[in-house]
Amino acid sequence: MTAGFRFLPSVTVLVLAGPVLAGLVGTLVPALSERGAAFRELAAWPGLEAAVRLSLVTGIVATALSLLIATALTAGWWGTRAFRMVERLLSPLLSVPHAAAAFGLAFLIAPSGWMARMLSPWATGWERPPDLLIVQDPAGWSLIAGLVAKETPFLLLMTLAALPQAAPGRSLSVAQSLGYGRVAGWLKVVFPRVYAQIRLPVYVVLAYSMSVVDVALILGPSTPPTLSVQITRWMSDPDLSLRHQAAAAALLQLGLVVLALGAWRLAEIGVARAGRAWVWGGQRRLAERSVRSVALVAGIALAAVVVIGLLGLALWSVAGFWSFPAAWPDALTGRTWTRHAADIHAAFADTALIACLATGLALTLVIGCLEVEHRHGLRLRRGGGAILYLPLLVPQTVFLPGLASHLIWIGWNPGMCPVILAHLVFVLPYVFLSLGDSWRAWDIRFATAAAALGAGPARVLFFVRLPMLIRPVLTAAAVGIAVSVSQYLPTLLVGGGRIATLTTEAVALGAGGDRRAIGAWGLVQTAAALLPFAVALFVPVILARSRRGLQGG
Amino acid sequence: MAEAGLVLEDVRIMLGNDVLVSISAEIRPGEVLTVMGPSGSGKSTLLAYLTGTLAPEFRASGAARLNGRPIDGLATEARRIGILFQDHLLFPHLSVAENLAFGLAQGTAKRRQRVEAALAEVGLQGFGPRDPATLSGGQRARVALMRTLLATPEALLLDEPFARLDAELRDQTRSLVFRSVRDLPVVLVTHDLADAAAAGGAVVDVRGRRL
Repeated sequence: MTAGFRFLPSVTVLVLAGPVLAGLVGTLVPALSERGAAFRELAAWPGLEAAVRLSLVTGIVATALSLLIATALTAGWWGTRAFRMVERLLSPLLSVPHAAAAFGLAFLIAPSGWMARMLSPWATGWERPPDLLIVQDPAGWSLIAGLVAKETPFLLLMTLAALPQAAPGRSLSVAQSLGYGRVAGWLKVVFPRVYAQIRLPVYVVLAYSMSVVDVALILGPSTPPTLSVQITRWMSDPDLSLRHQAAAAALLQLGLVVLALGAWRLAEIGVARAGRAWVWGGQRRLAERSVRSVALVAGIALAAVVVIGLLGLALWSVAGFWSFPAAWPDALTGRTWTRHAADIHAAFADTALIACLATGLALTLVIGCLEVEHRHGLRLRRGGGAILYLPLLVPQTVFLPGLASHLIWIGWNPGMCPVILAHLVFVLPYVFLSLGDSWRAWDIRFATAAAALGAGPARVLFFVRLPMLIRPVLTAAAVGIAVSVSQYLPTLLVGGGRIATLTTEAVALGAGGDRRAIGAWGLVQTAAALLPFAVALFVPVILARSRRGLQGG
Repeated sequence: MAEAGLVLEDVRIMLGNDVLVSISAEIRPGEVLTVMGPSGSGKSTLLAYLTGTLAPEFRASGAARLNGRPIDGLATEARRIGILFQDHLLFPHLSVAENLAFGLAQGTAKRRQRVEAALAEVGLQGFGPRDPATLSGGQRARVALMRTLLATPEALLLDEPFARLDAELRDQTRSLVFRSVRDLPVVLVTHDLADAAAAGGAVVDVRGRRL
């Protein structure tokens, strides 16, 4: 069985890179056929310029803001009680599905949303919802807000994961003893090392923010929408001739992401130069007080927006008659839930099936790879590590349409199996990133001790290593399930519109504007993503209740 | 048995072009070979070679035989060489008794009695259901010793197993270990002169020079 594992790293690379490359080919062929006719049609689309501008601006601004807030929070507050509080507030938000968070935000800031209701009519004088385009504003500000609320926690957690290697405590004390303020000292001595480690996650955020579909459908402008939303519309159109145009737009989307990543890289170099000059200047402080207070307020506000948004979903799902500008519904009722119970139940079952199978496959591959690395010293080195990021860096709208057509060409009709495999492409990297560090940090002498007692590799794996690592393994499983639950485009495109998950249904309801239904579906979607984290938190506590050596590990 | 004990024949371990370890030795049953040297001198490399856990970047030449049986290339679990680490490494998810049962060879009859007897042998009657994390350093050392012996090894490696214990406990534990392994060849790695003196056998460095 030792030899039998050796093929697993190759399978993993194939799972990660195969669909992306096949999808790219499947996009290139129709886009370039008929001597560029698809591009001429795309160029003739009147919304093109605005769609391109929207994608670039919303993506870059959302990424820059998220990085700024996450960095200012750590620089200003790392190691304090306030920081731990914000960290605890923000971490659960990481697993709230993007769509649910976006709906929550929309319910909050819409002209008829909670915020307007709280202020009306006493402060605003509004007796009916004002005719303002707040959600889906043409400039994409609400889309940016929705992205920042979700990407800041992601970058904050990535920063925290990178911190131990940067030994921030000692560096910061040295800087402070030389008279530097906390923020200036952090930015000069800790941040450069941390950024080198979170660079790829930042690129992932940039590529994602530029090309996201579900959040942009809910919060982004609609005429014209962002480029990726338009690609999805063309792909879902019954008029098949529009698919060539979609493929051309997908290539354009890829070009935009490459362009933005290149521009970001240049900006990195510029910021590094400026930073070096700043170090030479010896400035001890950087508006310490303002940076710290703005960062803290921003962090708490982001958490509050998502939490209050989710409460809004919950309230709408049980609201009876609720007129504007009343802050609360006149009555509570279970009607919405009864009406949707059967549909939610069916979609929940399919969502859970897809998530559990994709996560199970991902865990098997990841643990297999890590075992091969442990037993044979075959490590996914730099190149192998970077391949984890491939499906996250190439936008979904670029390769999923091509992948979907490929699958149909080879006669694999849309259905459950292809959807599970498509989810696996996105679940696998996150499971690997979540489990890899803890797996490798395990004290290898336990394996030697067990083997010296006569235990073979399988016994060491199943009776020593996995039980000792049960907490990170369950957390990685929860991460995988949360990632799968929140997937929109893979389910829609690879499933050919026939697979209904909580996410596809909730996003589809968004177009109709039935707030009670959206509330119920968004809430169940959030629960499906969060529940596994609760299990991952409590099961090890129960298992380890009589084992002090496992607690807090 | 043609050749009793652990025999190291021209064992050389290289990292790149550096020779880290170069040693020849014959350790008869009941004898102790003490390998001394500062940390980073290659002592743990020698132990990794003997347990079969050398990292792939090391190259080893020469031969090691245990009771006439070549052990080079064997998997760790097939070598029948026990090892005690300074951290004792009791499995934290298992109880004390389960840790001992993990060491007990498969197919051994009366496993519970064997485990209870092993605990009694080192003065830990009734400690079976305990969480290893609640044991004192000396108690952990004793459990780790019994776990190793229950696997009936043919040789024993000691990787500074007394370093974490305070002086009085160190003497007690040391004499207990050497008493219990009377008929095994033992390789002791340490930087503590008192350990070497208590072991009573030859003392060498990783180049095989007698000290």
